[in-house]
Amino acid sequence: MTAIADIPEAPRAARRPQIGNPVLRWLRTNLFSSIPNGILSVLLLAVLARGIFSFVQWGIANAVWLTPANDSSACHAVRGVGACWAIIPEKYRFILFGTYPFDEQWRPALAVLLFIALFYLSTRRALWRRELAYLWIAALALISMLMWGGIFGLSFVSQDRWGGLPVTLILATFGLAFGFPLGILVALGRRSKLPAIRSLSVLYVELIRGVPLVSLLFMASVMFPLFMPNGFNIDKLLRAQVAIILFAGAYLAEVIRGGLQAVPSGQYEAADALGLSYWRKNRLIVLPQAIRHVIPPLVNTFIAFFKDTSLVLIIGIFDLLTTAKTAIIDPAWQQFSVEVYIFVAGIYFVFCFAMSRYSRSLEATSER
Amino acid sequence: MTSDAPRPPPRRRFFGAFGRRELKGLFWQVLVVGIAVAVIAFLWSNTVTNLSARRITTGFAFLGREAGMPIADSLLAYNPRDSYLWAFVVGIANTLRVAVIGIVLATILGTLIGISRLSANWLVSRLAAVYVETLRDIPLLLQLLFWYVLMQALPAARAAFRPIEGVFLSNRGLILPAIPIGAPQLWVLGTAVLGLVVFYVIQRWLISQQMRDGKPRLAWPFALGLLVVLPAAVSVLLDVSWRIEWPELRGFNFVGGLTLAPEYFALLIALVTYTSAFIAEIVRSGIQSVPRGQWDAGNALGLRRSFMLRQIILPQALRVIVPPMTSQYLNLTKNSSLAVAIGYQDVVSIANTTLNQTGQAIEAIALIMAVFLTISLGISFFMNWYNSRIALVER
Repeated sequence: MTAIADIPEAPRAARRPQIGNPVLRWLRTNLFSSIPNGILSVLLLAVLARGIFSFVQWGIANAVWLTPANDSSACHAVRGVGACWAIIPEKYRFILFGTYPFDEQWRPALAVLLFIALFYLSTRRALWRRELAYLWIAALALISMLMWGGIFGLSFVSQDRWGGLPVTLILATFGLAFGFPLGILVALGRRSKLPAIRSLSVLYVELIRGVPLVSLLFMASVMFPLFMPNGFNIDKLLRAQVAIILFAGAYLAEVIRGGLQAVPSGQYEAADALGLSYWRKNRLIVLPQAIRHVIPPLVNTFIAFFKDTSLVLIIGIFDLLTTAKTAIIDPAWQQFSVEVYIFVAGIYFVFCFAMSRYSRSLEATSER
Repeated sequence: MTSDAPRPPPRRRFFGAFGRRELKGLFWQVLVVGIAVAVIAFLWSNTVTNLSARRITTGFAFLGREAGMPIADSLLAYNPRDSYLWAFVVGIANTLRVAVIGIVLATILGTLIGISRLSANWLVSRLAAVYVETLRDIPLLLQLLFWYVLMQALPAARAAFRPIEGVFLSNRGLILPAIPIGAPQLWVLGTAVLGLVVFYVIQRWLISQQMRDGKPRLAWPFALGLLVVLPAAVSVLLDVSWRIEWPELRGFNFVGGLTLAPEYFALLIALVTYTSAFIAEIVRSGIQSVPRGQWDAGNALGLRRSFMLRQIILPQALRVIVPPMTSQYLNLTKNSSLAVAIGYQDVVSIANTTLNQTGQAIEAIALIMAVFLTISLGISFFMNWYNSRIALVER
C-alpha cells in the first residue's frame, strides 16, 4: 500500500518545471512518483493485463453469442474456456418478465419505462413541488392498471403471474411511496413531547432495525395467515410488499429524523410565534427544510431498498433475481449460471449506479 | 397543539393542572395507544384461534424435543437426536462464527481499500474506486449466489487447486493446515489473555505515572514478560504440543486440517467483500475529514509520517469513522442471515427448519428476533464504549 498522499499534500510552491511530453509527465506524477510506487504500478499493471486478457478470452474471443433456439450444444463445446452469452437471448424474456403471458409482455415493458421516466422526473429540481406527489400517484395508478389489466380491453393478469424486473421495481417503488409518509409520521412521533407516542415510535423503529429483513419476510410469508381471521388471506406478493413498506418506514424514519434535527430551533419558535398548529407548523415550515437536508441520504436509502428487494427470493417471489435463478434450472443450460448472474448484476448495477451518481451530484451542489 | 397563550406557559408535570394543551396531548396519546392495543389484541386473538384450530400449543416446550434435522457444518458437536434447543445454540454459534470473522476481515480489507482510494498512485486509487462502486451497486444476495456457483464449479477433491503447500481449494471448500486446539492449548491461550488484561492495567498505571511527573516509562518489558515469556513458560511446563496438522487427500476427501465448507466460504467471501466496500468509503471520508492543517502542523514539527498518521491523524479520523462503522458491523451480522439462500445453517436457517417441522411460528420468529436484538445490542454497546473512549475530550 502506498502512503496516503492525496489530501495532505503541502502547497506545491516548488513544482518540477513543466517540461517534456505531457503524457510522460502524467505518467511520472501519477504512476512513477517514487521507486516503490513505480514497482507497485508495474506489478498492478501486469496483474491487471493478465486479468483483462483472460476475461476477454473467456467473455469475448471464445464466447458463444447466439445458438439456434433451445440448442445449447455449441455452449457445451466451449464450456470452461468461453462464455455462453447465447443463454441471454434464449432466456431474456423470462428473466425480465417471468411468467407474464408472452403476448402481453409489452405491458410490463411499458411499466418499466414508466418507472424509469418517473425516477427521472423526480430528480429534476424544478419539479420538486406538490405536483410531484400527484405525478407519483398518477404514474403508480397507471402502472397498476397496465400490470393488472381488466379494463380498456386489456386482459386481466393476476399477480402470481407477474415476475422479473417489474416486480423488483414495484417492490422498491411502492415500498418508498408508502414507507415515506410512514417514515415522516414515525420520525415526528420520535421527536414528539408525548411520552406514549414517542415510546411507540422508538419501539417500532428499533424492533424493525434490530432484525434482518429475511426474518420480516418469513414473518410475512409464514405468520401472516396466522394473524388473520380464519379464511382471510391476501396474496404473497402483497404480503412481501407490506413487509418491505414496514421495513422501509423504520429506516426512512431515522433518515428523516436526522433532517428534523438539522432544522434550527428558531424555525420552530418562529412557527409557534405565528400561532401555527402542530401539523401546519410541520407541513409548512419544518418538513420542507428537513427533507431538503436529507435528500442525498434518502437516495442512498432507496439504493439500499432496491438491492434489498432481491431478498424476496428467499420466500419464493418472482423478482428479477428469482427469475434469473429459475431460468438456469433448465437442465440444458444449467452450467451457464455465471453468465446469467453477470447479466442480472448488470441490470441492478445500472439502476444503482445511476442513483448513486445522482446522490453524489446532489451532495456536490449542496456543499457549494 | 396550538400555542394559544401569548407567552409559553410554564411547563407542568403530568399531574399538574391540565391545560388545553395537556388535554389535547393526552387525547392523542390515548387514541394512538388505543389503536395500537386494539390492533395487537385483534392479531393476538386471531393467532390464538388459528393455533388451537391447528392443534399447536404455544410455548417453548418444543425446545426440549428431539430436533431430527441434520446440520452439516457446525462449530459445536451436534447430532440429529439432540434437542431443538441445542440445534438453536449450534445455529447461533454458526451465525457468530461468520459474523465475528467477517467483521474482522471486512475491517482489514475495507481499511486497506479506503486508504488505497486516497493513494497518490493513480492506478491504485482507480482500482479501489472501481472495486467500491461495483460491489456497492450489486445486491448482496446476487453476489452470494455468484460466489456459491463458483465454489460448486471448482474441481473435485482429487484435482484441487493448491495455491500454497498444504492449502487445498476444491468443491469441498477451502482446506487449511491447522493446529489442533484442546484443553492444554487452551490453558496456554488463557494465560496469554490474562497477561493481556494485566498488561492493560499496568500500562494505564504507567501512563498515569507519566502524567504526574512527565517521565516516560518503558512498557515493552512488561508486554514481553506477560504476553510472550509467561505463556511460553506455561507451554513448556505443561508440555503442550503445537504440532501443525497438514491436510491430506485420502480417497475422495481430505483428512486433517481445518475445512471451511463451500457454503461457509462463499458466505464469508460475499459478506467480507460487500461490507468492505462500504467500510472503505467510511475510512476514506474519515481520513479526509481531518483538516489539512493537522498534517501541516505535524510536518512543521518534523514528525515522521507514520508517527503523524498514528498519533495525530488516525485518532481524529476515528471519531468520524467509528459511529458509521458500528452500523456496518450490525449490517454484516444481519446480512449473515442470507445464509439461508445457499444452505449454510445459521440461526435463521435453523429457525426456519424448526418452523416447518413443528409449526411453532411465533416462537421461532421470537427466537430469531431475540438473538439478533441481543447481538445488535452487544455490538452497539461495545462500539459505544469504544466511541466514548476515543471521543474528543473537551475542557
